[in-house]
Amino acid sequence: MRFMELAKRNFKETYLDLLSLGLVIIFPPALLLILQAIGAVDPFFTATNLAPGIVLFGFALLSLSSGMLLAKDRESAFLSRLLTAPLRASDFISAYSLPYIPVAIFQTVVVFTVAAPLGLEISGNAGLVFLILFVMSIGYIGLGMILGTVFTYKTVSIAWIAVNLLTIFGGAWFPLEFIGGAIRSTMNALPFAHAIDAARDVMVHGAGFGDIATDFYWVLGYTIVFFALGVFLFRRKMVE
Amino acid sequence: MGSPYQDEGEVDMTESTKGNGFAIQTFGISRKFGNLVAVDGINLSVKEGELFSLLGPNGAGKTVTIKMLCCLLRPSSGTATIMGHDIQKDPMAVKKAIDVSPQETAIAEHLNALENLSLIGGIHGLEKEEVKKRSKELLEMMGLTNRAKEQVRKYSGGMKRRLSIVMALVSDPQVLFLDEPTLGLDPQSRRGIWEHIAELKGKKTIVLTTHYLEEADALADRIAIMDEGKIMALGTPRELKGSISDMQVMVVKAKNLTTDAIDGLRKMYTEVKVIEDGIEIKAKEVSFSEVVDYLRPKGVEIESTSQKQITLDDVFLHLTGKELRE
Repeated sequence: MRFMELAKRNFKETYLDLLSLGLVIIFPPALLLILQAIGAVDPFFTATNLAPGIVLFGFALLSLSSGMLLAKDRESAFLSRLLTAPLRASDFISAYSLPYIPVAIFQTVVVFTVAAPLGLEISGNAGLVFLILFVMSIGYIGLGMILGTVFTYKTVSIAWIAVNLLTIFGGAWFPLEFIGGAIRSTMNALPFAHAIDAARDVMVHGAGFGDIATDFYWVLGYTIVFFALGVFLFRRKMVE
Repeated sequence: MGSPYQDEGEVDMTESTKGNGFAIQTFGISRKFGNLVAVDGINLSVKEGELFSLLGPNGAGKTVTIKMLCCLLRPSSGTATIMGHDIQKDPMAVKKAIDVSPQETAIAEHLNALENLSLIGGIHGLEKEEVKKRSKELLEMMGLTNRAKEQVRKYSGGMKRRLSIVMALVSDPQVLFLDEPTLGLDPQSRRGIWEHIAELKGKKTIVLTTHYLEEADALADRIAIMDEGKIMALGTPRELKGSISDMQVMVVKAKNLTTDAIDGLRKMYTEVKVIEDGIEIKAKEVSFSEVVDYLRPKGVEIESTSQKQITLDDVFLHLTGKELRE
């Protein structure tokens, strides 16, 4: 577990950047309040329907933060020095991902806490909802690792717009049924809509694991792919 | 195109390089960036425990060489071994044997000195107690003990550079790379770091890159002079200076020196360098009376003349036709 020392340093970097940390925690519940107020006339815009998508939007912000930390370090002599140490690509990706996992859990708790007095209902197993969202959060952090490895500090945020759009069109802010054609098919091929649908099914219809298994494995599969791709790309960047 | 200087002759790469007394061996190692040849087929052998200096101007290929040896850059051709491990076939074994203090100060600014050392010790797999013990000794050696618990972003440039070197030492590497360790420091800080590096001599294999002649002269057991990706000369500081010992250097302090007068001297002698308040003339034989007799009729007012000791600067100028400080 040599990477833990680097993970500790990254924890510190993450938690010292209070502005970014504040934004990723405060922005999602604020958005929930706004969307609920705007959509008071539409039956879709309930706290229960909105909460999973809003949580994913928060995770998308995490992929930006994690990508930016990695990209910033990649351009510094500091990471160059660490690359001469006996660490593997998977160690680096783990060390840059770990600090964001507690943030993702905290984000989820904050959104659900804010949503509760707004009428949030969880008909099914709350643990299952959290499991789906947790796996998806790891996937988003994996996406951040890809962004941070491929793009520069200045261009990560531009590339991240794509992640954000995929989250929104995946049904984060409005139902996927509003969209048709090729975009809807694309969204169904990606994990984001599956994570939102599965969480909503458990919350609204009380679905069990068997009902949402396909969606869950879809999300899990993508999470593994994002991390594997992050490690693969980082390994290629280790020796130029 | 290979280097004009080939250390130890051609080496059979199929022969095992483990335990042969060499910490580093390079075998025609090259690196190109597009059409630019940054390192051009160099062959070097650095003995275990030796302090070896790569001396050359900016862009000579020193840092690229170090980066290839540290497994950060892939050679375009050729290879190298560190403690017998091939840098391309077994980079993890190489990384276990080395540590590096890069040219830029590479520290985690939001951590304090002890945390920075704990980070480096941890990723090298050292036990916590061992890191603590070594950190205490090394911070003491570099005079950083009093500020050890302060965030390093508050340190001065010299302190950060000293910490950067300490960070390269905490893992107790067999081979230590110091890439321009005193670059941009004031003379006092530079001398302080020299003293610390001198303390390590003989205890570790050290590769020091520098473009400061005095640094290489004062510290190195052997020096490789690099220019345009090639090794131009290699030897102890004494051997290198001795290589042009048949040359004489005369320093002429004078007023009213004209371009015409200097150009005339350049036709008479091997090298004529303009210095502050005068010129330096280098040749196998420099005649005092000949110089004076040539300059006086041209209206040059000679204030003094003296003989100068050969320096590494003279060696570099002789080999490359350039001044190292350019």
